[in-house]
Amino acid sequence: MSDPRRLVVVGASLAGLRAVEAARKTGFDGEIVLIGAEEHLPYDRPPLSKAFLGAADESGELAEVPFFRTEETLRDELGVDVRLGSPATALDTVARRVTVGGDQIAYDALVIATGAHARLLPGTEGLDGVYPLRTLDDSLAVRDKLEAGARTVVIGAGFIGSELASTARKRGLEATIIEALPTPLVRATGHEMGAAIAALHELNGTSLRCGVGVASIEGDGKVERVVLVDGTSIEADLVVVGIGVIPSVGWLEGSGLTIDRDIGGIVCDENLWTGVPGVYAAGDVASWVNPTLGERQRMENWTAAAEQGAAAARNALDPENAKPYGTVPYFWSDWYDVRIQFVGSPEADEVVLVDGDPGAGSRWVALYRRGDRLIGALAVNGQAEIMKYRVQIMKGGSWDDALAFAEKRRIAHEEKLAAV
Amino acid sequence: MKCVTVDFDKCTGLGICESLAPDFFEVNDDGELLVLKEEISDDELQEVEEAVNGCPTEALKIVSL
Repeated sequence: MSDPRRLVVVGASLAGLRAVEAARKTGFDGEIVLIGAEEHLPYDRPPLSKAFLGAADESGELAEVPFFRTEETLRDELGVDVRLGSPATALDTVARRVTVGGDQIAYDALVIATGAHARLLPGTEGLDGVYPLRTLDDSLAVRDKLEAGARTVVIGAGFIGSELASTARKRGLEATIIEALPTPLVRATGHEMGAAIAALHELNGTSLRCGVGVASIEGDGKVERVVLVDGTSIEADLVVVGIGVIPSVGWLEGSGLTIDRDIGGIVCDENLWTGVPGVYAAGDVASWVNPTLGERQRMENWTAAAEQGAAAARNALDPENAKPYGTVPYFWSDWYDVRIQFVGSPEADEVVLVDGDPGAGSRWVALYRRGDRLIGALAVNGQAEIMKYRVQIMKGGSWDDALAFAEKRRIAHEEKLAAV
Repeated sequence: MKCVTVDFDKCTGLGICESLAPDFFEVNDDGELLVLKEEISDDELQEVEEAVNGCPTEALKIVSL
């Protein structure tokens, strides 16, 4: 087909924003339509479970909403037709049209960046004080309750719930985390390290209950308590449900796109192409083959959303010169003034602690081996270490080299501490 | 001549820039970003651009002097 004249981007969060920005940066001067289900302009999500929830500063101001761009920037500088407040509900890949409300929006090239939505607990819909923590509206509601001094119960000891519990503690509030699995964070960091990181909660005064399910969340109009299957009842004014997300693909039913039954999301190739002419996907909703690690993956992190959004738009606008998108996955989380960073994959044959001691304090580094390669690295307050391993994984570095490098770094760190 | 600048009010030392352009950036033990060099040659421009785009706090900029 001739050069695309209209790019439609469905999803107005980070991946969608980066898609429109990359399109303009490559010199695309056709029409761009950006469709967002929420009323809000694109905003940044990581702060919503971190600094945005914090107490007011010295001048009494709460954190500002982390919008990425003003409406003027999007409309006037980037020339984007921004349509907010109504989700896309259908995709016709033959007629090349997206349905939004009563409108049919035609496209030449399409980037799907609809992200994911929070998994909810059934039966809690009408109860005030029970929220997921995914959107700006969720975060505003949670912040109101924290401001009012809510006794906080978090369901799910993943990163989002842990960040929220940490924020509640920082405000001096009681916080309890309930986790159904015996060990938290296993999928993200592996078994040993999941347990080691989770120990930060007890060290900081958050009660963590693992291996116990929630029987009911009770209250009259507003939440009053969480009852566990072992009969324990915990008083609560705020319950935050952090039990994962579901890729937002429901609207694609009948579109002919293939949905990944194992890891969720839209099946794409390494160029983020769905296999349907003109249609690409990016961010939490994309299952793609990551050539850097040689695995099919679906990311739920900031870096992948930003980079995939840009890559999908470039490929959608110039499919003949499409380039694969490869990455060493990276995510971070901030709890109790501890920074947790992970690069690569936690699916490893062996995990070795190479610096520090999780039992002794709050700084350590662990490396993950797959075969004879370094495949992952975890740093807890090891900001000077982590990215050096990301570079090694990117280059396909060997396990032996990584261990030797780690030993050199450990000695250098010790010497530095001794010199102080 | 092109140079990279850091807004240290925004930077939180996440370090993505270090992994993409290690000749330019390094995070220290205190989690602070060190700029190892500022001037960008033509062959380095792409990696520094990737670092700028990869920064979650939008703390990096390339400026022409």
